[in-house]
Amino acid sequence: MRSPGSWGLTLSTAAPLLVVAAGTIVAAKAGLSNIGQEGQLLLGCAAAAFIGTRADVPAPLVITLSFLGAMVLSGLWAGLAALMKFTRKVPEVMSTLLLGFVAAQITTFGLTKKWLLLATKNTSRVNNGQQLPDRAKMPTFTLFGNQVSWGVIIALVVTVVISFVLGRTTIGFRLRMLGLNARTARRAGVSAAVVGGGALIASGAAAGLAGGLWMTGGSAGDRFTSNVSSNIGWQGLLVALLARDRASLAIPMAFVFAALRTGSSFLAATGVDRRITDVVQAMLVLALLVPPAIAAVQRRRRGTEGAS
Amino acid sequence: MIAFGGSILDVLSSNSTYSSTMRFAATLVFAATGEWIAERAGTMNISLEAMILTAAFTSALGSDLTGNVWVALLFGLAGGFLVSLIQGVMSHRFGANQFVVGLTLNVLAVGLTAFIAAEVNPVVKRAGTVRIPLLARIPLVGEALFAQAWILYFLYPLIPFAWWAVYRTRWGLDLRCAGENPQAADVSGIDVNKRRRQAVYACGLCAGLAGTYLTIGQVGSFGADGVSGRGFIALAAVIFGGWVLKGAVGGAVVFGFFLAFGSVFQALGYEANPQVLGALPYVMAIATMILFARRGRQPAALGRPFVRGLT
Repeated sequence: MRSPGSWGLTLSTAAPLLVVAAGTIVAAKAGLSNIGQEGQLLLGCAAAAFIGTRADVPAPLVITLSFLGAMVLSGLWAGLAALMKFTRKVPEVMSTLLLGFVAAQITTFGLTKKWLLLATKNTSRVNNGQQLPDRAKMPTFTLFGNQVSWGVIIALVVTVVISFVLGRTTIGFRLRMLGLNARTARRAGVSAAVVGGGALIASGAAAGLAGGLWMTGGSAGDRFTSNVSSNIGWQGLLVALLARDRASLAIPMAFVFAALRTGSSFLAATGVDRRITDVVQAMLVLALLVPPAIAAVQRRRRGTEGAS
Repeated sequence: MIAFGGSILDVLSSNSTYSSTMRFAATLVFAATGEWIAERAGTMNISLEAMILTAAFTSALGSDLTGNVWVALLFGLAGGFLVSLIQGVMSHRFGANQFVVGLTLNVLAVGLTAFIAAEVNPVVKRAGTVRIPLLARIPLVGEALFAQAWILYFLYPLIPFAWWAVYRTRWGLDLRCAGENPQAADVSGIDVNKRRRQAVYACGLCAGLAGTYLTIGQVGSFGADGVSGRGFIALAAVIFGGWVLKGAVGGAVVFGFFLAFGSVFQALGYEANPQVLGALPYVMAIATMILFARRGRQPAALGRPFVRGLT
């Protein structure tokens, strides 16, 4: 197989980032902060790897099944946070994140058992997952001489669908109403538990799908490991923050972040630590927070001068 | 089941359990005290994790540069304060979303400290253990409370001081008012956002102590994953404590016990699944929130930004 080319690599990395961001936007529009994407994505990777190595069915079906499994598992995981939020008022900011640490322990446990994730012939000192067979890997298409994963198309479709549902349907309207003014929403008969809980589950399922895309896309290697998610969840969350919860803006932002990420692998060859990506991305988010903030402060100053 | 009960009894009657619980709890107690102040003023300060991590790193840097523990302490305080400065100014002066700022700072701190630590590779000199005469001889808890690295002893004046500052001073009254009813506070002439910023700075300094203690007092080195969610566990402790200081401190000690549990359990010769032990503190933090999140009354304006003129 020929190498995917840098554009192909960037696009294939952008896909999971975009899906995570799109899911985050769903929760954010409902006024909920899901910040456990890293753990949800890790579980999605685990489910996709488990099904991908087990299911003895033709190629398209394996991938479909592993994506479904990933979405269900991660959706349920986020559903736990939703359940705690709406029955016991546990803040979802805390529960989603703490559940992420538990998810990491669960997948590590999975890597110690052959009937779960551990490779049947593990030769390495650390526990690695079973190698994914070729039929469980996302096929690619050629675009201007680059091998691009079909995951990119899936990610774009998911984002467009989410954007449409949020902006143009009744359920999206209810969800946004809940986020903008929970009291009005309740008067209008919107159930916070159903709509808000649904939004949280959907955002978890999106993180799971992103995990499936990441696992089968090739950039993450061909087997499950305990650190396979390697910050994709966090970076997808930053994409959503940077896009100010607008799905259309998330598309170019995901691409920029993916470029920074793949670029850092090349940088690593020149001796720059690849963790610089996290730094640059976080700085980018902070930097973009500043101009509107300063504008707001100036407006306020002008306002008080005019009044006095 | 009987064997399990016996092992728990063993753990509870061992001196080392209490010492180790206190070692793990100290970071959480420092952090939870600071977070409690910030939350009473109305800030859900999720950059607590970043503050602890940055302080843990800068104190390691200070120790590496000078070999002096006091300098390391100053560096740690400065590190925690720096993060709180960004958080406070961004969210309570520029009006940026406090969760967005907090999250971004968390990612930034993880990346930046790991990046610089890989370049510098700081060598840490640990703070010495100081035994307080007589008090250290109290059975069970004496060693735990009074024979520790001396940075831990900052806890004993800090907790009453924080209580006094928040409940018994004009400043504290303003601060709690900013967290309960910012509109009313504003009308009565309190600069709400200024008080909130100050509360975040106070939290930064407490987190600075937490991070310094973690590096200089407990671990003796800086590891990027050494903090691993402690800031969030401290946040859970504040919720567990129902936004009351003694509750938050108690919660932090309980979570400290669960953090220590794994190592104590194994040191006593018992076998347990390492992943179960690893997940235990987080599961317990979640479980206690399920049980107690509704019990306390959170500050009415917690997490809501204050903009004058808006209701």
